[in-house]
Amino acid sequence: MLRFEKALLRRGTFALNVDLELAKGDRLALIGPSGGGKSSVLDAVAGFLPLGEGRLEINGQDMNDAQPATRPVTFLFQEHNLFPHLTVAQNVGLGIRPNLRLSAEDHQRVTKALAEVDLSDHPHKLPRELSGGQRQRVALARALLRDKPLLLLDEPFAALGPALRREMLDLVARICEETTATLIMVTHQPEDAARIAGLTSVVADGSVSQPLLTEELFKNPPPTLKAYL
Amino acid sequence: MRPIPLCAVALSSLLALPALAAGTPKLTVYTYDSFVAEWGPGPQVEKAFEAVCACDLELIGVEDGAALLSRVRLEGARTEADIVLGIDTTLIEAAKATDLFVPHGLETPELTLPVDWVDETFLPYDWGYFAFVYDKTRLSEVPGSFEALIASDTSIVIQDPRSSTPGLGLLMWLKAVYGDEAAAKWAALAPQVVTVTKGWSEAYGMFLEGEADMVLSYTTSPAYHLIAEEDDSKAAAEFSDGHYMQIEVAGKLASTDQPELADQFLAFMLSAEFQSIIPTTNWMYPANLDPDALPEGFDTLITPETALHFSPQDAEAVKAAALQEWLDALSQ
Amino acid sequence: MARRTQPVILRFAGLTALLLVLGFTLGTAGALFLAAEPGRGLARSDWSALRFTLVQASLSAVISVVVAVPLARALVRQSFPGRSLVLTLLGAPFLLPVIVAVLGLLAVWGRSGLVSTGLLAIGAERIDIYGLWGVVLAHVFFNLPLVTRILVQGWMAIPAEQFKLAEQLQFSPADMFRHLEMQMLRQSLPGAFTLVFLLCMTSFAVALALGGGPRATTLELAIYQALRFDFDLAHAAMLAGVQFGLCCLVAAVAMFLSLGVDFGAGLGGPVRHKSLRSSQTLMDRTLIVAAVAFLGLPLLMVVVRGITGLIADLPDGMGPATLRSLGVALISALVSLGFALVLAAWLDRLRGPRRWGAEVIGYLGIAASPFVMGTGLFILLNPVISPFSVSLPVTAAVNAVISLPFSLRVLLPAFAQLRQSHGRLGDSLGMSGWSRFRLISWPVLRRPAGFATGLAAALSMGDLGVIALFAPTRGETLPLYIYSLMGAYRMEAAAGAALVLLVSSLALFWLFDRGGRLNAAV
Repeated sequence: MLRFEKALLRRGTFALNVDLELAKGDRLALIGPSGGGKSSVLDAVAGFLPLGEGRLEINGQDMNDAQPATRPVTFLFQEHNLFPHLTVAQNVGLGIRPNLRLSAEDHQRVTKALAEVDLSDHPHKLPRELSGGQRQRVALARALLRDKPLLLLDEPFAALGPALRREMLDLVARICEETTATLIMVTHQPEDAARIAGLTSVVADGSVSQPLLTEELFKNPPPTLKAYL
Repeated sequence: MRPIPLCAVALSSLLALPALAAGTPKLTVYTYDSFVAEWGPGPQVEKAFEAVCACDLELIGVEDGAALLSRVRLEGARTEADIVLGIDTTLIEAAKATDLFVPHGLETPELTLPVDWVDETFLPYDWGYFAFVYDKTRLSEVPGSFEALIASDTSIVIQDPRSSTPGLGLLMWLKAVYGDEAAAKWAALAPQVVTVTKGWSEAYGMFLEGEADMVLSYTTSPAYHLIAEEDDSKAAAEFSDGHYMQIEVAGKLASTDQPELADQFLAFMLSAEFQSIIPTTNWMYPANLDPDALPEGFDTLITPETALHFSPQDAEAVKAAALQEWLDALSQ
Repeated sequence: MARRTQPVILRFAGLTALLLVLGFTLGTAGALFLAAEPGRGLARSDWSALRFTLVQASLSAVISVVVAVPLARALVRQSFPGRSLVLTLLGAPFLLPVIVAVLGLLAVWGRSGLVSTGLLAIGAERIDIYGLWGVVLAHVFFNLPLVTRILVQGWMAIPAEQFKLAEQLQFSPADMFRHLEMQMLRQSLPGAFTLVFLLCMTSFAVALALGGGPRATTLELAIYQALRFDFDLAHAAMLAGVQFGLCCLVAAVAMFLSLGVDFGAGLGGPVRHKSLRSSQTLMDRTLIVAAVAFLGLPLLMVVVRGITGLIADLPDGMGPATLRSLGVALISALVSLGFALVLAAWLDRLRGPRRWGAEVIGYLGIAASPFVMGTGLFILLNPVISPFSVSLPVTAAVNAVISLPFSLRVLLPAFAQLRQSHGRLGDSLGMSGWSRFRLISWPVLRRPAGFATGLAAALSMGDLGVIALFAPTRGETLPLYIYSLMGAYRMEAAAGAALVLLVSSLALFWLFDRGGRLNAAV
């Protein structure tokens, strides 16, 4: 459902070659050294970084000229996924209608999504009153409501402790199942990849390696991955 | 008999030399900024006086006349100044009221002023007539009186009497011409006043920009353009009502520690040497110089038939009321 | 131990800085009041001056702010060749000596200016700008660029992630405004409004010259009159008190309005808007062209005239005056930086009413009348020391107090960011004192500090010898020199000197601003 064809991503003097194909429901982890270009791949999928060369297709449609708003994508950043002046429920509601004119039914959907991420108790709190993990769960609730075919994670749980991180990854896995979304996540942690992503690519030395089964990749790491690990 | 005093003088000056090197007496004169500017009279005056006084003349520039008086008032008896040079007749009464000045004690010579000068505290060093200056290439019908000015549609730019000497001068001018009718004349003139500026520079600059047909300045202004720029396009409009005068004076402070030097400076101020510096540096008429000695170019200037002038006492008496009339008339 | 002593030193330094500000502002007014017999109360003319001051300052501030919002947005989201030049030139009007700017404006808007000449050519009437609108026009010319600069910084501070998020969520321009820009504006507009309001409040020569007559009497002119025309010191002090009162009121309201808005720092990256509609782009470009014309034409007149002037008449005193001004500006800027750093570091640790109070006091510098400040300092210093001998330190200190509100605007957010992002890390590493400042604080602060110092240097460069009373013999700074040249009919030379002033102020600003960014890690 997603295909990079001889794509070249450029950011200043940095360049990254991407040739990649994912099927619906695939879960791909991108692993590799800092500055290797992992986030650039996500930005290119979401439309924040135009391709220097090549082609990007999502669901068989050419995305090269598509604006970020029209791409079937939900993006979770490391931080700033919430608007600080809006309550938890409002932040989630943005996923239904950006102008926040919500119907009674919409409000029910928000309540339900919050229940899914275990945040039923705090719909009227402001983001600054929540812990880091809770904030990212609000963002996940919104992703659930947006129900987009592609979910992109740019290390949203990097700041959380191991137990909490595992919990959040399981939540992501559940959401992907419910929405049958395809997942691409950037991570530094091999165990994160092992926990939720069936496939892993190494992003290093200016290219993205072909996705391999995560388990096998870590059993027999190629030199670039070995150097990283 | 004669050789003896000469010897004495020679001897005393010989004896004076080492003393001079050790501690030259210093005479401090407060004046306005433009007097001490590199193109003003200051540098030449300093050189000329130091050549004869065996002293160090220090000229300190303090903004304008009003700031000058304000500063001396603030300093009071602690002032370093021996002489204040550069207040004009409208400030004299206020200056006297401070009791900081003492009579100069000099016999006033026959001055080249159009009016008689009798004042035991202040001595004039230069003077000028206020006038409206215009550009001959831009204005063809030049009004010859206030009546003609009011009747015409000639636009003027003037200065605020609260912050500018010429501004205050115009207030006095109308008062001197019209007396109690001045308020009505201001009201009639108001529509032609393009704007009122803080100081002379803004107004003159705006006039040169073409913002108004005429600007309130001095009859001597065209002399600058003629002599320094070889430009004869500027002229002053001669008013049959007569022209109000500005007289600039200097006085000695009671707290001076150099009373003799101060006297010497005041006398020097009226000498031909000082007086001949004034015309092309301060662009005013010297107060004690034969008109034939004026530089070339001054002969082209208008010479008003009637010189209008209030004595310092009269000026002080009408000032406040005249200002209120002006404010009322122009705030309509 | 070290951690416990540091705040004590900081508190001491901060309090000292605050007391200095109070001394230079309220203290000088108080000195005036005590030095004189009680004067007359507020007269009818004072009330009308107060009314005019409020009307023109409010109008000028509102219009500057209303135009600056779309202009800053256009400058942030459009990229075009010369963008950084436009951003730099935004600093220029603010730095021009009043008289030069007025003549530049009149060359465009005056009765013989470009606009009127054009109108006459097509058979229309010439325009007459003298009056309230002339005053507002000039004040917008001075202050629109300042507000725009502040807002551009605000826009840049919105985390890039939030713009990405907004695009994903398919925000309409209205949603974008409501959720992103409105919040930033709530945070920065009240402060910007206050700055402009206070700057316009103390206007005197501009208001009078373009106001068309004594109707346009501001409080500042009333103060001047009290000091110089009436020599009524107590009355001047009373009017200065009214100005300070207004300042505190406006600053307090502004602070209340901007309460509780908090963005935190983004991971950075330039703001990119890819999905602009062509109508938005067209609107942005029109606005930028209009603003460049409005701000640039008078500046161009100043430059053209300056070049002609420099060729025609180059006076001997210009070099020394320029050097003297540069010296004063450099010293003032460094004093100002020290002042602002200490005060901002201290303020950052205060909470609640004490923080408010201290921050309002920081604003007093722009509300202070230079005439009152100069006279008051004179009264205070004269019994102790010859005012001539301290003219340089006094000038530097006064300039620092005046530029403090600007520096605080820039430095306070940086200190807040520092505390949030690095504060605990520094604590945990047990870093303190100089090494903490050098290794942790300075890398974060140098960029805003460079900007603030540049601003202070440029402001001091253009300063008109706030304290003419202190000027030593022939120690003229460049702005005073320009006035002297004009006073001696030498308008061409004055225009040349004005160009030199403009260029050197901008160069100073650019150097510091650039220095702050050079190799800056953050």
